[in-house]
Amino acid sequence: MISALFVKARQAFACGCLLLLFLSCFRGSLLAQESPYIVTYDHYLEEPGSLEVEYFSTFGTQRAGNDFHAFWTEFEYGVNAWWTTELYFDGQSTFSDSTLFTGFRVENRLRLLQLEHFINPVLYIEYEQTSGADKILKEIEGHDVESDFDDSNGVLRQEHDHELELKLLLSSSFKGWNVALNPIFTKNVSPGEPWEFGYAAGISRPLALKAMPRRCNFCGETVIAGLEMYGGLGDTRNPGLNNTSHYLAPAIAWNLPSDWTFRLSSGFGLNDNSHHLLLRWGVSREFSSFGELARQLFGGRK
Amino acid sequence: MKVVTVLLAACCVPLALAQESAIRQSKTDHSTYAALAKAPVSARSRGNPFAGDPQEVTAGGKLFEQHCAECHGPKAGGTRHGPSLLLDPVQQASPGTLFWILTNGVVRRGMPVWSKLPEQQRWQLVTFLESLKPRASGSASR
Repeated sequence: MISALFVKARQAFACGCLLLLFLSCFRGSLLAQESPYIVTYDHYLEEPGSLEVEYFSTFGTQRAGNDFHAFWTEFEYGVNAWWTTELYFDGQSTFSDSTLFTGFRVENRLRLLQLEHFINPVLYIEYEQTSGADKILKEIEGHDVESDFDDSNGVLRQEHDHELELKLLLSSSFKGWNVALNPIFTKNVSPGEPWEFGYAAGISRPLALKAMPRRCNFCGETVIAGLEMYGGLGDTRNPGLNNTSHYLAPAIAWNLPSDWTFRLSSGFGLNDNSHHLLLRWGVSREFSSFGELARQLFGGRK
Repeated sequence: MKVVTVLLAACCVPLALAQESAIRQSKTDHSTYAALAKAPVSARSRGNPFAGDPQEVTAGGKLFEQHCAECHGPKAGGTRHGPSLLLDPVQQASPGTLFWILTNGVVRRGMPVWSKLPEQQRWQLVTFLESLKPRASGSASR
């Protein structure tokens, strides 16, 4: 049983790697300058015409059940300088249980102001169709707690969520530091469900603010360190911190000149309702020629 | 079936809009440079702390290759996606104006904001752009 689970997990991982390798055959790429945040968003959007393909994993501990490995793939496309759209596919493997595809998400981020200000707002709108077995924990909202995942995948997958999620991404960059705060408002579109609230906040800074004259892989300018905090704030029926979970997560991003970005984050639960550990890592690559290729494919001018 | 329709719409609508947006771009359209005039006086008068430093020119060149060459061309001469940076409107702009444009982008015309680069790196880019001046007159007459 366990060996079958590992085979499935390996297959999912291999598919993600193959996809990234296939896409790496595209010409035209530009160096990503990605933040280390995995949950929090800053106000920077994808460059117009660029496609960023990202694979992320989350290993989570589960006290009254089996630990799990949740994973998702993101396709992030810069429509223009004020609009970025994303498509996610989620899945998970629960140890001694099963591996599942758990749903998809479509999100859009819209820049609200043309010029940079001390605080820059971006509107985030997401529609997600997931099962109760979705464990990527990309955001924590309402009364999301560790015990939600105590049941087996067979039970959890019976629940279907169709959610509309709104976030206001507030972010500020000053003297090399970035500070971001995302209030979250989520509504399950099923009738009678309350609005749920949550938050994510982050702070980050490159290890070096000046670029070196020579090309370098591992130097201060390519490494960005940060800290995230995220959690739920109840819902319209029972707002507040009662029966909510919260996490503090140091994070690091390594932006390679070869256009690849690696991220690592270790989230520690801050109360008894939280998973003890959410260890996340991700790899991404940006393809700046994607929009051009798509235009040619659909008969646009060359 | 509904899901497939939603997914197709989610993928195709942005692509179609991106195509429309790209067609509107032109590398020599002088209205492209109008954004330079929008820099406030306080921003225009800022001096470049790295002016003339050859080390910073090299570092700025590296940053240009990494972040800007895709749209503005490897020699800053412009492409279909971004205007030439060798023409007079850019080359005669003050360092502070160039820094302001880098920071704020020209969002309506497709240039993203680059304030995600630390201030020092944006000045390194400005230093590199200023180093292109000797070649500007030749390029401008093209």
